[in-house]
Amino acid sequence: MPSPAPVKPGTLRAEQIILFRIGEQLFALSSSSVQEVRGADSLSGGASEIAAPGVAKVRQFVRRGPNTLFLVSGARHFGLPAREGILAFILRNTRTALLVDGIERMTTMTRLQALPLSFCHEERQWYRGLTALDQTVVPVVCPEGFLSEEELVMLDAAVPPAEASSEETEKELEPEAQTDSNLGTELN
Amino acid sequence: MTVSTELELKSFVLLRLGDRRFAVAADETAELVSPSRVFSFPHRTPSIEGVILRRGRIVPVCDVAEKLIATRLTTRRFYLLALRRYGPRTEWVAIPVTGECELINAELTPASASDEPHVAGWLSHGGDVIEVLNLDALTPGLEDPRRGCVAPSQPGSQATRGSEGEARP
Repeated sequence: MPSPAPVKPGTLRAEQIILFRIGEQLFALSSSSVQEVRGADSLSGGASEIAAPGVAKVRQFVRRGPNTLFLVSGARHFGLPAREGILAFILRNTRTALLVDGIERMTTMTRLQALPLSFCHEERQWYRGLTALDQTVVPVVCPEGFLSEEELVMLDAAVPPAEASSEETEKELEPEAQTDSNLGTELN
Repeated sequence: MTVSTELELKSFVLLRLGDRRFAVAADETAELVSPSRVFSFPHRTPSIEGVILRRGRIVPVCDVAEKLIATRLTTRRFYLLALRRYGPRTEWVAIPVTGECELINAELTPASASDEPHVAGWLSHGGDVIEVLNLDALTPGLEDPRRGCVAPSQPGSQATRGSEGEARP
Protein backbone atom coordinates (compact mmCIF):
# COMPACT_ATOMS: atom_id res chain seq x y z
CA MET A 1 0.00 0.00 0.00
CA PRO A 2 1.49 3.36 -0.88
CA SER A 3 1.65 5.70 2.02
CA PRO A 4 1.52 9.45 2.19
CA ALA A 5 4.74 11.38 2.32
CA PRO A 6 6.31 10.62 5.69
CA VAL A 7 6.56 13.30 8.29
CA LYS A 8 9.94 14.90 7.88
CA PRO A 9 11.85 14.57 11.11
CA GLY A 10 13.55 17.99 10.89
CA THR A 11 14.64 19.91 13.87
CA LEU A 12 11.97 21.23 16.14
CA ARG A 13 12.17 24.95 16.55
CA ALA A 14 9.72 26.51 18.92
CA GLU A 15 7.65 29.47 17.86
CA GLN A 16 5.82 31.74 20.26
CA ILE A 17 2.16 32.04 19.40
CA ILE A 18 -0.84 33.90 20.69
CA LEU A 19 -4.00 31.83 21.05
CA PHE A 20 -6.99 34.08 20.56
CA ARG A 21 -10.72 33.72 20.18
CA ILE A 22 -13.24 35.04 17.74
CA GLY A 23 -16.58 33.98 19.12
CA GLU A 24 -16.08 30.39 20.25
CA GLN A 25 -13.41 29.64 17.70
CA LEU A 26 -9.79 29.39 18.74
CA PHE A 27 -7.00 30.57 16.43
CA ALA A 28 -3.25 30.94 16.73
CA LEU A 29 -1.04 33.71 15.46
CA SER A 30 2.71 34.04 15.66
CA SER A 31 3.51 36.60 18.32
CA SER A 32 6.29 37.97 16.15
CA SER A 33 3.71 39.05 13.60
CA VAL A 34 1.82 41.17 16.12
CA GLN A 35 3.24 44.64 16.40
CA GLU A 36 0.78 45.94 18.92
CA VAL A 37 -2.34 44.94 20.85
CA ARG A 38 -4.85 47.65 21.54
CA GLY A 39 -8.33 47.92 22.85
CA ALA A 40 -10.65 48.10 19.88
CA ASP A 41 -12.40 51.12 21.38
CA SER A 42 -9.19 53.09 21.61
CA LEU A 43 -8.32 52.33 18.03
CA SER A 44 -11.76 52.94 16.63
CA GLY A 45 -11.96 56.17 18.61
CA GLY A 46 -9.52 57.64 16.15
CA ALA A 47 -10.90 55.80 13.19
CA SER A 48 -12.97 56.94 10.25
CA GLU A 49 -15.80 55.06 8.63
CA ILE A 50 -15.26 53.38 5.30
CA ALA A 51 -17.57 51.48 2.99
CA ALA A 52 -15.77 49.64 0.24
CA PRO A 53 -17.98 47.54 -2.02
CA GLY A 54 -17.10 43.89 -1.64
CA VAL A 55 -15.04 44.38 1.50
CA ALA A 56 -17.72 44.31 4.16
CA LYS A 57 -15.31 43.03 6.80
CA VAL A 58 -13.70 46.48 6.93
CA ARG A 59 -15.81 49.33 8.23
CA GLN A 60 -13.17 51.60 9.69
CA PHE A 61 -9.66 52.79 8.98
CA VAL A 62 -7.02 54.69 10.90
CA ARG A 63 -4.28 56.90 9.52
CA ARG A 64 -0.86 56.32 11.01
CA GLY A 65 1.47 58.87 9.54
CA PRO A 66 1.72 58.07 5.86
CA ASN A 67 0.07 54.68 6.29
CA THR A 68 -3.54 53.66 6.52
CA LEU A 69 -4.56 50.76 8.75
CA PHE A 70 -7.79 48.94 8.07
CA LEU A 71 -9.76 47.47 10.95
CA VAL A 72 -10.73 43.99 9.83
CA SER A 73 -13.56 42.21 11.61
CA GLY A 74 -12.23 38.74 12.31
CA ALA A 75 -15.77 37.46 12.65
CA ARG A 76 -16.78 38.68 9.20
CA HIS A 77 -13.53 37.57 7.64
CA PHE A 78 -14.03 33.99 8.82
CA GLY A 79 -17.82 34.05 8.55
CA LEU A 80 -18.32 33.47 12.25
CA PRO A 81 -21.38 34.51 14.23
CA ALA A 82 -19.59 36.84 16.59
CA ARG A 83 -19.52 40.48 17.54
CA GLU A 84 -17.05 43.03 16.27
CA GLY A 85 -14.30 42.16 18.71
CA ILE A 86 -12.90 44.09 21.63
CA LEU A 87 -9.20 43.77 20.93
CA ALA A 88 -7.22 44.82 17.90
CA PHE A 89 -4.04 43.10 16.77
CA ILE A 90 -1.99 45.45 14.66
CA LEU A 91 -0.19 43.04 12.40
CA ARG A 92 3.40 43.72 11.53
CA ASN A 93 4.25 44.49 7.91
CA THR A 94 0.61 44.61 6.94
CA ARG A 95 -2.12 47.24 6.86
CA THR A 96 -4.40 45.13 9.02
CA ALA A 97 -5.70 45.74 12.50
CA LEU A 98 -7.51 42.49 13.29
CA LEU A 99 -10.49 42.72 15.63
CA VAL A 100 -10.78 39.70 17.92
CA ASP A 101 -12.78 38.83 21.01
CA GLY A 102 -9.96 37.99 23.35
CA ILE A 103 -6.59 36.46 24.00
CA GLU A 104 -6.70 32.96 25.42
CA ARG A 105 -3.03 32.66 26.25
CA MET A 106 0.44 32.74 24.81
CA THR A 107 2.20 29.45 24.25
CA THR A 108 4.76 27.73 22.08
CA MET A 109 4.24 25.53 19.08
CA THR A 110 6.90 23.15 17.92
CA ARG A 111 5.24 21.82 14.83
CA LEU A 112 3.19 23.42 12.10
CA GLN A 113 1.49 21.03 9.70
CA ALA A 114 0.62 22.35 6.27
CA LEU A 115 -3.07 22.72 5.64
CA PRO A 116 -4.22 19.41 4.09
CA LEU A 117 -4.62 19.69 0.35
CA SER A 118 -8.30 18.79 0.69
CA PHE A 119 -8.81 22.36 1.77
CA CYS A 120 -8.74 24.25 -1.48
CA HIS A 121 -10.55 27.54 -1.16
CA GLU A 122 -9.96 30.86 0.58
CA GLU A 123 -8.72 29.07 3.67
CA ARG A 124 -5.43 28.48 1.91
CA GLN A 125 -4.85 32.22 2.09
CA TRP A 126 -6.15 32.43 5.64
CA TYR A 127 -3.93 29.88 7.32
CA ARG A 128 -0.22 29.10 7.47
CA GLY A 129 -1.20 25.65 8.63
CA LEU A 130 -2.52 23.72 11.60
CA THR A 131 -0.95 22.88 14.90
CA ALA A 132 -1.91 20.37 17.56
CA LEU A 133 -1.90 21.76 21.09
CA ASP A 134 -3.07 19.72 24.07
CA GLN A 135 -4.94 17.28 21.81
CA THR A 136 -6.69 20.14 20.06
CA VAL A 137 -6.12 21.27 16.51
CA VAL A 138 -5.75 25.01 16.07
CA PRO A 139 -5.49 26.86 12.77
CA VAL A 140 -2.51 29.20 12.61
CA VAL A 141 -3.56 32.32 10.76
CA CYS A 142 -1.49 34.05 8.13
CA PRO A 143 -1.09 37.78 8.88
CA GLU A 144 -1.06 38.64 5.18
CA GLY A 145 -4.22 36.63 4.57
CA PHE A 146 -6.74 39.08 5.94
CA LEU A 147 -6.62 41.58 3.10
CA SER A 148 -5.78 40.59 -0.43
CA GLU A 149 -4.12 42.93 -2.90
CA GLU A 150 -7.45 43.34 -4.64
CA GLU A 151 -9.20 44.21 -1.41
CA LEU A 152 -6.51 46.74 -0.53
CA VAL A 153 -6.98 48.40 -3.90
CA MET A 154 -10.73 48.64 -3.29
CA LEU A 155 -10.19 49.95 0.22
CA ASP A 156 -7.65 52.53 -0.89
CA ALA A 157 -10.09 53.71 -3.50
CA ALA A 158 -12.74 54.15 -0.81
CA VAL A 159 -10.53 56.08 1.60
CA PRO A 160 -11.28 59.80 1.49
CA PRO A 161 -8.39 62.20 0.85
CA ALA A 162 -6.15 62.77 3.85
CA GLU A 163 -7.30 66.36 4.35
CA ALA A 164 -10.86 65.22 4.85
CA SER A 165 -10.00 63.15 7.87
CA SER A 166 -6.76 64.71 9.02
CA GLU A 167 -8.17 65.39 12.45
CA GLU A 168 -8.50 61.68 13.03
CA THR A 169 -4.88 60.79 12.61
CA GLU A 170 -2.73 58.61 14.72
CA LYS A 171 -1.51 61.72 16.55
CA GLU A 172 -4.50 61.28 18.76
CA LEU A 173 -3.73 57.66 19.40
CA GLU A 174 -0.11 57.81 20.46
CA PRO A 175 -0.58 59.76 23.71
CA GLU A 176 -3.61 57.66 24.58
CA ALA A 177 -1.62 54.49 24.30
CA GLN A 178 0.69 55.75 27.03
CA THR A 179 -2.05 56.19 29.56
CA ASP A 180 -4.20 53.13 29.27
CA SER A 181 -2.68 49.89 30.44
CA ASN A 182 -4.91 47.95 28.08
CA LEU A 183 -3.63 49.77 25.08
CA GLY A 184 -0.55 49.82 22.99
CA THR A 185 0.86 46.55 24.23
CA GLU A 186 4.00 46.21 22.22
CA LEU A 187 4.96 42.68 21.29
CA ASN A 188 8.47 41.77 20.29
CA MET B 1 -7.29 -24.57 -29.32
CA THR B 2 -8.63 -23.37 -26.03
CA VAL B 3 -8.22 -19.76 -25.06
CA SER B 4 -8.29 -19.36 -21.35
CA THR B 5 -8.92 -15.96 -19.91
CA GLU B 6 -7.44 -15.48 -16.52
CA LEU B 7 -9.47 -13.21 -14.36
CA GLU B 8 -7.45 -10.46 -12.81
CA LEU B 9 -8.70 -10.27 -9.29
CA LYS B 10 -7.96 -7.21 -7.21
CA SER B 11 -8.55 -6.42 -3.57
CA PHE B 12 -11.20 -3.92 -2.63
CA VAL B 13 -12.60 -2.56 0.59
CA LEU B 14 -16.38 -2.47 0.65
CA LEU B 15 -17.82 0.38 2.66
CA ARG B 16 -21.38 1.12 3.59
CA LEU B 17 -23.15 4.45 3.32
CA GLY B 18 -26.73 4.13 4.49
CA ASP B 19 -28.30 1.29 2.54
CA ARG B 20 -25.73 1.26 -0.22
CA ARG B 21 -22.29 -0.27 -0.55
CA PHE B 22 -19.36 1.16 -2.44
CA ALA B 23 -15.84 -0.07 -3.01
CA VAL B 24 -12.41 1.49 -2.81
CA ALA B 25 -9.25 -0.19 -4.07
CA ALA B 26 -7.59 -1.80 -1.07
CA ASP B 27 -4.22 -0.33 -1.93
CA GLU B 28 -5.77 3.13 -1.57
CA THR B 29 -6.92 2.52 1.98
CA ALA B 30 -4.94 2.71 5.18
CA GLU B 31 -7.12 1.73 8.13
CA LEU B 32 -10.56 1.80 9.66
CA VAL B 33 -10.77 3.85 12.84
CA SER B 34 -13.42 4.60 15.39
CA PRO B 35 -14.99 8.04 15.22
CA SER B 36 -13.02 10.55 17.19
CA ARG B 37 -13.42 14.21 17.86
CA VAL B 38 -13.67 16.29 14.72
CA PHE B 39 -11.94 19.63 15.04
CA SER B 40 -13.65 22.21 12.94
CA PHE B 41 -12.51 25.68 11.99
CA PRO B 42 -13.66 28.20 9.41
CA HIS B 43 -13.10 27.22 5.79
CA ARG B 44 -14.95 27.32 2.47
CA THR B 45 -14.37 23.87 1.03
CA PRO B 46 -17.64 21.96 0.60
CA SER B 47 -17.96 18.49 2.11
CA ILE B 48 -14.94 18.87 4.39
CA GLU B 49 -16.22 18.70 7.96
CA GLY B 50 -13.00 19.37 9.76
CA VAL B 51 -10.00 17.33 10.79
CA ILE B 52 -9.18 14.49 13.15
CA LEU B 53 -5.94 13.71 14.89
CA ARG B 54 -4.62 10.27 14.09
CA ARG B 55 -1.20 9.14 15.26
CA GLY B 56 0.07 12.67 15.25
CA ARG B 57 -1.26 13.40 11.80
CA ILE B 58 -4.00 15.89 11.08
CA VAL B 59 -6.40 14.22 8.68
CA PRO B 60 -9.30 15.98 6.94
CA VAL B 61 -12.75 14.42 7.25
CA CYS B 62 -14.70 14.34 4.01
CA ASP B 63 -18.35 13.29 4.01
CA VAL B 64 -18.95 11.84 0.56
CA ALA B 65 -22.46 10.58 1.37
CA GLU B 66 -24.20 13.66 0.07
CA LYS B 67 -22.70 13.16 -3.36
CA LEU B 68 -23.18 9.41 -3.41
CA ILE B 69 -26.53 8.85 -1.72
CA ALA B 70 -27.89 12.39 -1.73
CA THR B 71 -28.09 12.67 2.03
CA ARG B 72 -25.72 13.60 4.79
CA LEU B 73 -24.85 10.98 7.34
CA THR B 74 -26.52 11.50 10.68
CA THR B 75 -24.65 8.65 12.31
CA ARG B 76 -21.28 7.18 11.53
CA ARG B 77 -19.63 4.06 12.75
CA PHE B 78 -16.10 4.34 11.48
CA TYR B 79 -13.79 6.53 9.48
CA LEU B 80 -12.11 4.83 6.56
CA LEU B 81 -8.70 6.40 6.13
CA ALA B 82 -7.95 6.42 2.45
CA LEU B 83 -5.23 7.83 0.28
CA ARG B 84 -6.06 10.77 -1.89
CA ARG B 85 -3.73 11.80 -4.71
CA TYR B 86 -3.08 15.47 -5.37
CA GLY B 87 -0.95 15.51 -8.47
CA PRO B 88 2.31 13.89 -7.45
CA ARG B 89 1.47 13.87 -3.76
CA THR B 90 -0.78 11.75 -1.59
CA GLU B 91 -2.43 12.50 1.71
CA TRP B 92 -4.86 10.71 3.95
CA VAL B 93 -8.52 11.61 3.98
CA ALA B 94 -11.03 10.22 6.48
CA ILE B 95 -14.32 9.03 4.98
CA PRO B 96 -17.19 8.52 7.45
CA VAL B 97 -19.00 5.22 6.91
CA THR B 98 -22.08 3.81 8.55
CA GLY B 99 -21.18 0.14 8.91
CA GLU B 100 -18.48 -2.48 8.90
CA CYS B 101 -16.09 -2.59 5.99
CA GLU B 102 -15.20 -5.80 4.20
CA LEU B 103 -12.11 -6.81 2.24
CA ILE B 104 -12.90 -8.76 -0.91
CA ASN B 105 -11.22 -9.90 -4.09
CA ALA B 106 -13.10 -9.18 -7.26
CA GLU B 107 -12.64 -8.41 -10.90
CA LEU B 108 -12.85 -4.76 -11.84
CA THR B 109 -14.91 -3.71 -14.80
CA PRO B 110 -13.49 -0.37 -15.91
CA ALA B 111 -15.76 2.65 -15.98
CA SER B 112 -17.21 3.73 -19.27
CA ALA B 113 -17.27 7.20 -20.73
CA SER B 114 -20.85 7.65 -19.59
CA ASP B 115 -20.06 7.00 -15.94
CA GLU B 116 -19.66 9.80 -13.45
CA PRO B 117 -16.08 10.98 -12.89
CA HIS B 118 -16.09 9.59 -9.36
CA VAL B 119 -16.70 6.05 -10.69
CA ALA B 120 -13.43 4.21 -11.22
CA GLY B 121 -15.22 1.04 -12.27
CA TRP B 122 -17.66 -1.62 -11.22
CA LEU B 123 -17.49 -4.96 -9.52
CA SER B 124 -19.94 -7.71 -8.84
CA HIS B 125 -20.20 -9.11 -5.34
CA GLY B 126 -22.89 -11.04 -3.54
CA GLY B 127 -25.38 -10.42 -6.28
CA ASP B 128 -24.84 -6.68 -6.22
CA VAL B 129 -23.14 -4.47 -8.74
CA ILE B 130 -21.01 -2.07 -6.76
CA GLU B 131 -19.40 1.21 -7.74
CA VAL B 132 -15.67 1.42 -7.25
CA LEU B 133 -14.89 4.95 -6.16
CA ASN B 134 -12.32 7.28 -7.61
CA LEU B 135 -11.54 9.34 -4.52
CA ASP B 136 -9.50 11.83 -6.50
CA ALA B 137 -12.64 12.87 -8.34
CA LEU B 138 -14.99 12.44 -5.41
CA THR B 139 -13.24 14.55 -2.80
CA PRO B 140 -12.16 18.16 -3.12
CA GLY B 141 -8.54 19.06 -3.28
CA LEU B 142 -5.72 21.14 -4.53
CA GLU B 143 -4.56 19.14 -7.52
CA ASP B 144 -1.36 21.05 -8.10
CA PRO B 145 -0.12 22.94 -5.07
CA ARG B 146 1.78 25.33 -7.31
CA ARG B 147 -1.12 26.16 -9.59
CA GLY B 148 -4.38 26.42 -7.79
CA CYS B 149 -7.55 24.83 -6.65
CA VAL B 150 -9.59 22.21 -8.39
CA ALA B 151 -12.63 21.23 -6.41
CA PRO B 152 -14.91 18.80 -8.24
CA SER B 153 -18.07 20.36 -6.95
CA GLN B 154 -16.91 23.94 -7.32
CA PRO B 155 -15.67 24.47 -10.84
CA GLY B 156 -15.46 28.20 -10.34
CA SER B 157 -13.38 28.08 -7.23
CA GLN B 158 -10.57 30.52 -6.94
CA ALA B 159 -6.91 29.84 -7.39
CA THR B 160 -4.90 29.41 -4.28
CA ARG B 161 -1.39 29.30 -3.03
CA GLY B 162 0.75 26.27 -2.76
CA SER B 163 1.28 24.14 0.26
CA GLU B 164 4.26 22.43 1.69
CA GLY B 165 3.87 18.96 3.00
CA GLU B 166 5.33 19.69 6.33
CA ALA B 167 5.96 23.23 7.35
CA ARG B 168 8.07 24.00 10.31
CA PRO B 169 7.92 27.17 12.24
